[in-house]
Amino acid sequence: MSRENVLVSAAWSEENLQAPGVVFAEVDEDTTAYDGGHIPGAVKIDWKNDLQDPVRRDFVDREGFEKLLSAKGISNDDTVVLYGGNNNWFAAYAYWYFKLYGHTNVKLLDGGRKKWELDGRPLDKDEVVRASTSYQAQEQDLSIRAFRDEVVDSIGNKNLVDVRSPDEFSGKLLAPAHLPQEQAQRGGHIPSAVNVPWSKAANEDGTFKSDDDLRALYAEAGFDGSRKTIAYCRIGERSSHTWFALRELLGHEDVKNYDGSWTEYGSLIGVPIELGSGKEA
Amino acid sequence: MSNGCGAPTQGGTIEAGTTETVLEGKVVSDGTPVGGAFVRLLDSTGEFTAEVVTSPEGDFRFFAAPGSWTVRALHRTGNGQADVSASGPGVHAVQIAVA
Repeated sequence: MSRENVLVSAAWSEENLQAPGVVFAEVDEDTTAYDGGHIPGAVKIDWKNDLQDPVRRDFVDREGFEKLLSAKGISNDDTVVLYGGNNNWFAAYAYWYFKLYGHTNVKLLDGGRKKWELDGRPLDKDEVVRASTSYQAQEQDLSIRAFRDEVVDSIGNKNLVDVRSPDEFSGKLLAPAHLPQEQAQRGGHIPSAVNVPWSKAANEDGTFKSDDDLRALYAEAGFDGSRKTIAYCRIGERSSHTWFALRELLGHEDVKNYDGSWTEYGSLIGVPIELGSGKEA
Repeated sequence: MSNGCGAPTQGGTIEAGTTETVLEGKVVSDGTPVGGAFVRLLDSTGEFTAEVVTSPEGDFRFFAAPGSWTVRALHRTGNGQADVSASGPGVHAVQIAVA
Protein backbone atom coordinates (compact mmCIF):
# COMPACT_ATOMS: atom_id res chain seq x y z
CA MET A 1 0.00 0.00 0.00
CA SER A 2 1.43 3.33 -0.85
CA ARG A 3 0.47 6.76 0.31
CA GLU A 4 -0.44 8.03 -3.18
CA ASN A 5 -3.14 5.35 -3.47
CA VAL A 6 -4.99 6.36 -0.35
CA LEU A 7 -4.24 9.99 0.35
CA VAL A 8 -4.53 13.12 -1.81
CA SER A 9 -3.24 16.59 -1.04
CA ALA A 10 -5.31 19.75 -0.86
CA ALA A 11 -3.41 21.07 -3.90
CA TRP A 12 -4.20 17.96 -5.97
CA SER A 13 -7.83 18.17 -4.86
CA GLU A 14 -8.23 21.80 -5.89
CA GLU A 15 -6.89 20.91 -9.34
CA ASN A 16 -9.24 17.94 -9.64
CA LEU A 17 -12.53 19.37 -8.43
CA GLN A 18 -14.06 18.92 -11.88
CA ALA A 19 -12.24 15.72 -12.82
CA PRO A 20 -14.59 13.10 -14.29
CA GLY A 21 -15.05 10.04 -12.09
CA VAL A 22 -13.92 11.87 -8.94
CA VAL A 23 -16.50 12.65 -6.27
CA PHE A 24 -15.68 14.73 -3.21
CA ALA A 25 -17.68 14.03 -0.07
CA GLU A 26 -17.63 15.93 3.21
CA VAL A 27 -18.35 13.74 6.23
CA ASP A 28 -19.11 15.08 9.66
CA GLU A 29 -21.10 14.42 12.76
CA ASP A 30 -22.24 18.03 12.80
CA THR A 31 -22.87 19.08 9.22
CA THR A 32 -23.43 22.79 9.86
CA ALA A 33 -19.87 23.40 8.62
CA TYR A 34 -20.82 21.95 5.23
CA ASP A 35 -23.93 24.11 5.09
CA GLY A 36 -21.85 27.19 5.82
CA GLY A 37 -19.46 26.47 2.94
CA HIS A 38 -18.03 23.31 1.41
CA ILE A 39 -15.48 22.31 -1.19
CA PRO A 40 -17.09 23.18 -4.55
CA GLY A 41 -19.05 20.20 -5.87
CA ALA A 42 -18.69 18.09 -2.72
CA VAL A 43 -21.68 16.07 -1.53
CA LYS A 44 -22.60 15.94 2.15
CA ILE A 45 -22.59 12.75 4.22
CA ASP A 46 -23.99 13.08 7.72
CA TRP A 47 -22.12 10.64 9.96
CA LYS A 48 -25.01 10.23 12.34
CA ASN A 49 -28.09 10.44 10.13
CA ASP A 50 -26.66 8.81 7.02
CA LEU A 51 -24.20 6.25 8.34
CA GLN A 52 -25.63 5.08 11.68
CA ASP A 53 -28.65 2.87 12.24
CA PRO A 54 -31.36 5.13 13.70
CA VAL A 55 -32.36 2.61 16.39
CA ARG A 56 -29.68 0.02 17.16
CA ARG A 57 -26.09 0.96 17.86
CA ASP A 58 -24.67 -0.16 14.53
CA PHE A 59 -24.08 1.01 11.00
CA VAL A 60 -26.63 1.23 8.26
CA ASP A 61 -26.74 -2.19 6.66
CA ARG A 62 -25.59 -3.07 3.16
CA GLU A 63 -28.90 -2.12 1.61
CA GLY A 64 -28.89 1.17 3.50
CA PHE A 65 -25.39 1.93 2.28
CA GLU A 66 -26.42 1.17 -1.31
CA LYS A 67 -29.40 3.46 -0.97
CA LEU A 68 -27.27 6.26 0.49
CA LEU A 69 -24.57 6.14 -2.17
CA SER A 70 -27.12 5.81 -4.95
CA ALA A 71 -28.94 8.90 -3.68
CA LYS A 72 -25.66 10.83 -3.40
CA GLY A 73 -24.89 10.03 -7.03
CA ILE A 74 -21.83 7.90 -6.32
CA SER A 75 -21.08 5.01 -8.69
CA ASN A 76 -19.11 1.85 -7.95
CA ASP A 77 -16.29 2.96 -10.24
CA ASP A 78 -16.04 6.53 -8.95
CA THR A 79 -12.99 7.64 -6.99
CA VAL A 80 -14.39 9.04 -3.77
CA VAL A 81 -12.32 11.66 -1.94
CA LEU A 82 -13.44 12.02 1.67
CA TYR A 83 -12.74 14.96 3.93
CA GLY A 84 -14.22 16.58 7.01
CA GLY A 85 -13.72 18.57 10.17
CA ASN A 86 -12.35 17.29 13.48
CA ASN A 87 -9.05 16.45 11.82
CA ASN A 88 -10.78 14.08 9.40
CA TRP A 89 -11.98 11.71 12.15
CA PHE A 90 -15.39 11.17 10.63
CA ALA A 91 -13.98 11.15 7.12
CA ALA A 92 -11.55 8.41 8.22
CA TYR A 93 -14.48 6.57 9.77
CA ALA A 94 -16.34 6.85 6.48
CA TYR A 95 -13.24 5.69 4.60
CA TRP A 96 -13.15 2.55 6.78
CA TYR A 97 -16.85 2.14 6.12
CA PHE A 98 -16.44 2.44 2.33
CA LYS A 99 -13.75 -0.27 2.59
CA LEU A 100 -16.01 -2.36 4.80
CA TYR A 101 -18.66 -2.35 2.07
CA GLY A 102 -16.11 -3.01 -0.66
CA HIS A 103 -15.72 0.33 -2.46
CA THR A 104 -12.61 0.11 -4.65
CA ASN A 105 -11.35 3.66 -5.08
CA VAL A 106 -11.59 5.77 -1.98
CA LYS A 107 -9.08 8.31 -0.69
CA LEU A 108 -8.74 10.76 2.16
CA LEU A 109 -7.99 14.43 1.57
CA ASP A 110 -4.87 14.93 3.69
CA GLY A 111 -5.60 17.43 6.46
CA GLY A 112 -9.33 17.58 5.70
CA ARG A 113 -11.27 20.80 6.13
CA LYS A 114 -8.67 22.26 8.46
CA LYS A 115 -5.81 22.17 5.96
CA TRP A 116 -8.15 23.36 3.21
CA GLU A 117 -9.27 26.34 5.32
CA LEU A 118 -5.79 27.17 6.63
CA ASP A 119 -4.62 27.25 3.02
CA GLY A 120 -7.42 29.69 2.22
CA ARG A 121 -8.78 27.45 -0.55
CA PRO A 122 -12.26 28.08 -1.99
CA LEU A 123 -15.52 27.03 -0.31
CA ASP A 124 -19.01 27.68 -1.59
CA LYS A 125 -22.60 27.20 -0.49
CA ASP A 126 -23.96 25.99 -3.81
CA GLU A 127 -26.38 23.12 -3.60
CA VAL A 128 -24.76 20.00 -5.04
CA VAL A 129 -27.03 17.75 -7.08
CA ARG A 130 -25.71 14.63 -8.74
CA ALA A 131 -27.78 12.21 -10.81
CA SER A 132 -28.68 9.18 -8.72
CA THR A 133 -26.99 5.85 -9.38
CA SER A 134 -27.61 2.17 -8.68
CA TYR A 135 -24.81 1.51 -6.25
CA GLN A 136 -24.00 -2.10 -5.40
CA ALA A 137 -22.25 -2.76 -2.06
CA GLN A 138 -20.47 -5.93 -0.99
CA GLU A 139 -21.04 -7.89 2.21
CA GLN A 140 -19.14 -6.32 5.12
CA ASP A 141 -15.44 -7.18 5.08
CA LEU A 142 -15.14 -8.29 8.68
CA SER A 143 -11.37 -8.66 8.38
CA ILE A 144 -11.19 -4.96 9.26
CA ARG A 145 -13.88 -4.81 11.98
CA ALA A 146 -13.44 -6.10 15.54
CA PHE A 147 -16.24 -7.03 17.93
CA ARG A 148 -16.09 -7.14 21.72
CA ASP A 149 -15.51 -10.88 22.26
CA GLU A 150 -12.54 -10.79 19.94
CA VAL A 151 -11.20 -7.77 21.78
CA VAL A 152 -11.41 -9.52 25.15
CA ASP A 153 -9.68 -12.59 23.63
CA SER A 154 -6.93 -10.33 22.26
CA ILE A 155 -5.70 -9.09 25.62
CA GLY A 156 -2.01 -9.87 25.88
CA ASN A 157 -1.67 -11.42 22.41
CA LYS A 158 -2.52 -8.75 19.83
CA ASN A 159 -1.50 -5.14 19.59
CA LEU A 160 -4.30 -3.23 21.24
CA VAL A 161 -3.82 0.40 20.31
CA ASP A 162 -5.77 2.86 22.41
CA VAL A 163 -5.73 6.12 20.47
CA ARG A 164 -7.47 8.32 23.04
CA SER A 165 -5.68 11.08 24.91
CA PRO A 166 -3.44 10.07 27.85
CA ASP A 167 -6.02 11.33 30.35
CA GLU A 168 -8.76 9.21 28.82
CA PHE A 169 -6.40 6.23 28.71
CA SER A 170 -5.51 6.54 32.40
CA GLY A 171 -9.13 6.94 33.46
CA LYS A 172 -8.86 10.60 34.46
CA LEU A 173 -11.21 11.76 31.69
CA LEU A 174 -14.09 9.82 30.13
CA ALA A 175 -14.35 11.78 26.88
CA PRO A 176 -12.25 14.17 24.81
CA ALA A 177 -11.77 17.50 26.55
CA HIS A 178 -14.08 19.40 24.21
CA LEU A 179 -17.03 17.39 25.56
CA PRO A 180 -18.80 17.29 28.93
CA GLN A 181 -17.56 14.42 31.08
CA GLU A 182 -20.78 12.82 32.38
CA GLN A 183 -20.66 9.22 31.19
CA ALA A 184 -22.12 5.89 32.30
CA GLN A 185 -19.12 3.70 31.69
CA ARG A 186 -16.02 3.16 33.82
CA GLY A 187 -12.75 4.91 33.07
CA GLY A 188 -9.51 3.23 32.12
CA HIS A 189 -8.31 1.07 29.24
CA ILE A 190 -8.17 -2.51 28.01
CA PRO A 191 -5.34 -4.38 29.77
CA SER A 192 -2.16 -4.68 27.67
CA ALA A 193 -3.19 -1.81 25.36
CA VAL A 194 -0.58 0.73 24.37
CA ASN A 195 -1.57 4.39 24.29
CA VAL A 196 -0.71 6.15 21.07
CA PRO A 197 -3.04 9.16 20.84
CA TRP A 198 -4.39 9.60 17.29
CA SER A 199 -3.05 13.16 17.36
CA LYS A 200 0.53 11.91 17.39
CA ALA A 201 -0.05 10.59 13.87
CA ALA A 202 -0.99 14.05 12.63
CA ASN A 203 0.72 17.38 12.19
CA GLU A 204 -0.73 20.56 13.64
CA ASP A 205 -2.44 21.36 10.32
CA GLY A 206 -4.21 17.99 10.32
CA THR A 207 -2.10 16.27 7.66
CA PHE A 208 -0.63 12.83 8.40
CA LYS A 209 2.99 12.62 9.48
CA SER A 210 5.48 10.99 7.12
CA ASP A 211 5.70 7.20 6.90
CA ASP A 212 9.08 7.27 8.64
CA ASP A 213 7.72 9.35 11.51
CA LEU A 214 4.70 7.08 11.82
CA ARG A 215 6.85 3.94 11.87
CA ALA A 216 9.05 5.44 14.60
CA LEU A 217 6.00 6.52 16.59
CA TYR A 218 4.44 3.06 16.77
CA ALA A 219 7.76 1.25 17.26
CA GLU A 220 8.56 3.47 20.21
CA ALA A 221 5.16 2.72 21.74
CA GLY A 222 5.87 -1.01 21.73
CA PHE A 223 3.80 -1.85 18.66
CA ASP A 224 4.78 -5.35 17.50
CA GLY A 225 4.62 -5.58 13.68
CA SER A 226 4.44 -9.39 13.80
CA ARG A 227 1.19 -9.34 15.77
CA LYS A 228 -2.36 -8.70 14.67
CA THR A 229 -3.75 -5.34 15.70
CA ILE A 230 -6.98 -3.83 16.99
CA ALA A 231 -7.36 -0.06 17.34
CA TYR A 232 -10.01 1.56 19.50
CA CYS A 233 -10.98 4.93 21.02
CA ARG A 234 -14.27 6.04 22.55
CA ILE A 235 -16.72 5.48 19.69
CA GLY A 236 -14.48 4.30 16.84
CA GLU A 237 -13.83 7.39 14.75
CA ARG A 238 -10.48 8.55 16.14
CA SER A 239 -9.37 4.91 15.90
CA SER A 240 -10.41 4.92 12.23
CA HIS A 241 -7.80 7.63 11.79
CA THR A 242 -5.13 5.39 13.37
CA TRP A 243 -6.47 2.32 11.52
CA PHE A 244 -5.86 4.33 8.34
CA ALA A 245 -2.29 5.16 9.41
CA LEU A 246 -1.43 1.58 10.36
CA ARG A 247 -3.10 -0.29 7.51
CA GLU A 248 -3.42 2.10 4.61
CA LEU A 249 -0.25 4.17 5.07
CA LEU A 250 2.16 1.75 6.77
CA GLY A 251 0.75 -1.37 5.15
CA HIS A 252 0.23 -3.55 8.22
CA GLU A 253 -1.99 -6.33 6.97
CA ASP A 254 -4.16 -7.47 9.84
CA VAL A 255 -5.51 -4.32 11.46
CA LYS A 256 -9.08 -4.02 12.72
CA ASN A 257 -11.04 -1.10 14.04
CA TYR A 258 -13.13 -1.79 17.14
CA ASP A 259 -16.05 0.56 16.58
CA GLY A 260 -17.71 -0.44 19.86
CA SER A 261 -14.65 1.09 21.51
CA TRP A 262 -14.61 2.39 25.06
CA THR A 263 -18.30 3.29 25.26
CA GLU A 264 -19.00 -0.42 24.79
CA TYR A 265 -16.01 -1.98 26.54
CA GLY A 266 -16.18 0.34 29.56
CA SER A 267 -19.83 -0.61 30.07
CA LEU A 268 -19.42 -4.41 29.89
CA ILE A 269 -19.96 -6.42 33.07
CA GLY A 270 -16.99 -8.36 34.31
CA VAL A 271 -14.32 -7.52 31.74
CA PRO A 272 -10.86 -6.55 33.02
CA ILE A 273 -9.92 -2.86 33.08
CA GLU A 274 -6.52 -1.37 33.70
CA LEU A 275 -6.07 2.09 35.21
CA GLY A 276 -3.14 4.44 35.10
CA SER A 277 -0.69 5.29 32.40
CA GLY A 278 0.34 1.74 31.42
CA LYS A 279 2.95 1.58 28.67
CA GLU A 280 2.26 5.06 27.46
CA ALA A 281 3.76 6.32 24.26
CA MET B 1 -24.73 14.31 25.63
CA SER B 2 -23.52 13.85 22.11
CA ASN B 3 -23.38 10.33 20.73
CA GLY B 4 -20.26 11.11 18.82
CA CYS B 5 -16.95 12.71 19.52
CA GLY B 6 -17.35 15.80 17.39
CA ALA B 7 -17.06 19.15 19.08
CA PRO B 8 -20.37 20.80 20.03
CA THR B 9 -21.33 24.28 18.86
CA GLN B 10 -19.08 26.80 20.56
CA GLY B 11 -20.31 29.86 22.40
CA GLY B 12 -23.32 30.36 24.67
CA THR B 13 -23.00 30.02 28.42
CA ILE B 14 -22.37 27.17 30.84
CA GLU B 15 -24.71 26.82 33.83
CA ALA B 16 -23.32 28.25 37.04
CA GLY B 17 -22.29 25.68 39.61
CA THR B 18 -20.81 23.37 37.03
CA THR B 19 -18.73 20.50 38.35
CA GLU B 20 -16.69 20.67 35.16
CA THR B 21 -13.37 22.46 34.82
CA VAL B 22 -14.17 24.73 31.90
CA LEU B 23 -11.61 26.70 29.91
CA GLU B 24 -13.27 29.20 27.62
CA GLY B 25 -12.66 32.46 25.84
CA LYS B 26 -12.28 34.18 22.50
CA VAL B 27 -9.81 34.25 19.68
CA VAL B 28 -9.17 37.83 18.58
CA SER B 29 -7.13 39.67 15.99
CA ASP B 30 -6.53 43.38 16.74
CA GLY B 31 -9.42 43.16 19.18
CA THR B 32 -11.82 41.72 16.59
CA PRO B 33 -13.24 38.21 17.23
CA VAL B 34 -11.99 35.53 14.83
CA GLY B 35 -14.54 32.90 13.86
CA GLY B 36 -13.49 29.64 12.22
CA ALA B 37 -10.15 29.45 14.03
CA PHE B 38 -8.87 26.02 15.09
CA VAL B 39 -8.16 26.05 18.82
CA ARG B 40 -6.00 23.28 20.23
CA LEU B 41 -5.83 22.41 23.94
CA LEU B 42 -2.33 21.28 24.93
CA ASP B 43 -1.52 19.79 28.34
CA SER B 44 1.35 20.86 30.60
CA THR B 45 3.80 18.77 28.56
CA GLY B 46 2.64 20.36 25.30
CA GLU B 47 0.75 17.21 24.29
CA PHE B 48 -2.39 17.71 22.18
CA THR B 49 -5.58 17.06 24.13
CA ALA B 50 -8.48 18.45 22.14
CA GLU B 51 -9.45 20.82 19.36
CA VAL B 52 -12.49 22.92 18.52
CA VAL B 53 -13.42 25.49 15.88
CA THR B 54 -14.43 28.94 17.14
CA SER B 55 -17.97 30.22 16.66
CA PRO B 56 -18.58 33.25 14.40
CA GLU B 57 -18.09 35.33 17.59
CA GLY B 58 -14.68 33.77 18.16
CA ASP B 59 -15.75 31.66 21.14
CA PHE B 60 -14.21 28.36 22.21
CA ARG B 61 -14.69 26.08 25.22
CA PHE B 62 -12.95 23.01 26.65
CA PHE B 63 -13.95 20.64 29.43
CA ALA B 64 -10.61 19.94 31.02
CA ALA B 65 -9.31 19.12 34.48
CA PRO B 66 -7.47 21.19 37.08
CA GLY B 67 -3.91 21.95 36.02
CA SER B 68 -1.84 24.03 33.61
CA TRP B 69 -2.87 24.20 29.98
CA THR B 70 -1.96 25.95 26.77
CA VAL B 71 -4.57 26.97 24.20
CA ARG B 72 -3.21 27.46 20.69
CA ALA B 73 -5.17 28.98 17.80
CA LEU B 74 -4.54 28.40 14.09
CA HIS B 75 -6.15 30.57 11.43
CA ARG B 76 -5.27 31.38 7.84
CA THR B 77 -4.56 34.95 8.98
CA GLY B 78 -2.13 33.85 11.70
CA ASN B 79 -1.51 31.77 14.82
CA GLY B 80 -1.28 32.53 18.53
CA GLN B 81 -1.38 30.92 21.94
CA ALA B 82 -1.96 31.57 25.64
CA ASP B 83 -1.41 29.73 28.91
CA VAL B 84 -4.15 29.17 31.45
CA SER B 85 -4.06 27.64 34.90
CA ALA B 86 -7.19 26.00 36.32
CA SER B 87 -7.07 25.60 40.09
CA GLY B 88 -10.32 23.65 40.26
CA PRO B 89 -13.83 23.24 38.82
CA GLY B 90 -15.53 26.30 37.40
CA VAL B 91 -15.17 28.54 34.38
CA HIS B 92 -11.67 29.80 33.59
CA ALA B 93 -11.42 32.58 31.03
CA VAL B 94 -8.59 32.93 28.54
CA GLN B 95 -8.14 35.05 25.40
CA ILE B 96 -5.94 34.21 22.43
CA ALA B 97 -4.60 36.86 20.07
CA VAL B 98 -3.66 35.71 16.56
CA ALA B 99 -1.41 37.66 14.26
